[in-house]
Amino acid sequence: METICICCPIGCRLKVEKIDGEIVVTGNSCPRGKDYGISEFTFPKRVLTTSLVFPNVTYTLKTTTALPKERVKEALKEIKKIGYKECNIGDVLIKNIINSDADVVVTGKIENA
Amino acid sequence: MKTDVVVIGGGPSGMSAALKASEQGAKVLLVDVESRLGGILNQCIHNGFGLKHFKEELTGPEYANRLANEVYKDKNIEVKLNSYVNYIDKNKVFVLTEKGQEIIECSSIILSAGARERTSGEIYLKGKRLAGVYTAGTAQKMVNFYGKLPGKKIVILGSGDIGLIMARRMTLEGAEVKLVLEIMGHSSGLRRNIRQCIEDFNIPLLFNHTITKVVGDERVCGVYYAEVDENKKPKLETEKYIDCDCVLLSVGLIPENTLLPKQTLREKFVVVDDERQTSVDGIFICGNVLHIHDLADNATEEGEIAGKFAGLYALNKLKKYVKVIINFSNKISYCMPKLVNKKTEGKFTIYMRANNNFIKKFITVKSGDNIIAKKFCVGITTGEMQEIEVEYSKVNGDLYVDIEG
Repeated sequence: METICICCPIGCRLKVEKIDGEIVVTGNSCPRGKDYGISEFTFPKRVLTTSLVFPNVTYTLKTTTALPKERVKEALKEIKKIGYKECNIGDVLIKNIINSDADVVVTGKIENA
Repeated sequence: MKTDVVVIGGGPSGMSAALKASEQGAKVLLVDVESRLGGILNQCIHNGFGLKHFKEELTGPEYANRLANEVYKDKNIEVKLNSYVNYIDKNKVFVLTEKGQEIIECSSIILSAGARERTSGEIYLKGKRLAGVYTAGTAQKMVNFYGKLPGKKIVILGSGDIGLIMARRMTLEGAEVKLVLEIMGHSSGLRRNIRQCIEDFNIPLLFNHTITKVVGDERVCGVYYAEVDENKKPKLETEKYIDCDCVLLSVGLIPENTLLPKQTLREKFVVVDDERQTSVDGIFICGNVLHIHDLADNATEEGEIAGKFAGLYALNKLKKYVKVIINFSNKISYCMPKLVNKKTEGKFTIYMRANNNFIKKFITVKSGDNIIAKKFCVGITTGEMQEIEVEYSKVNGDLYVDIEG
């Protein structure tokens, strides 16, 4: 498989192959690229960011780690069900969303946008 | 009011400039038109920021908050929000606030006002002026701040990073991105954004294509698009039609630099030296208002340069040197800065953008016949800024930057 590493802006062109039962990543220029290549080959994951809009405040959110790529939309549906609560940057809104190891945290708070 | 340095614009480069100017011992006033610091970073809610500057991956709002917290902690920096600078003169900044006009006296000025998006009028988009045509950044603000989708069936013109990021956001929030069209043969956005924002969602991206006409009654109901020839002229025999109710434009950014005094030397960009001082003594410039950066981290880096030297200038500590010029070959579209102070110690960085894509080449910097800096690059693309460090002590006359090997 050939892909582009999404870990940093360099965007290394990765080649991921299974050689003698072992997954080999080439084209990466750092260890993060190797990990990403293996994960992309076996079980692709993505970080999800979104925002929640309430009458006087908007919270911007992210997942603390990447979610299984196929379940990103499912996670987004969960997030959109959250009702208004007063929170601050860094607060966890959902722990282990969709039973993954990712939490949903507040990254920004925009009042009266 | 009197201060040492006035910084105009509180995005990543302006906040970084304010912090560095303060670090030199200068008193700083940071002015921003918005009601919060951070600039456009606040609406860039995606991740991928900060790896270079903070050594960890952050979202735009987190990156903005980190810098803003440092700014608010700094006792030498005063922040003035909801304030618009409408004129600058040497040593004077005219600020409009809710209370009226205020004149700030200062010793140096840093312009870090960012850039604005090119609009449909500026690219001569054909067709009626219909509802449903937005710049990608406006759509980003609508979706991320207000939770409003600008349309349900979307065509994006231009494949700059904002357009790519918006293709993903709109898809996740329930819209259908039908097509992304790019007039060039390649994207000006980052490769990773093509991967994770376009390919992840199987959105068709057509290179060498553009919109030939936007049609509809009051609102967009579709666009005609066609392939372009080598002169970027649409080949009408290839024209096709696609239904959509919204067109997003990601067709470039224009530096917001009209505040600079008329006598400021401009070429393709405002002419600055390695300290980011313009041809007008005491006026410095950094961030997207100088040239468009790929990353907030790079804007921060440039802000720190401008801030440091604007601070020293205000305190009468900035030394004068003979300046040399940076020239470059036709493989390069521009180099930043244009001028370099001939210092004897330390290093400076030349930032450059290539005209074309290159594989396995060297970036070289020559002074006379001597190569004084050389860097191997696996891949150089037009979309990604390159940088090369040079030692001041090796500079002997004008410089020449090239891509070789």
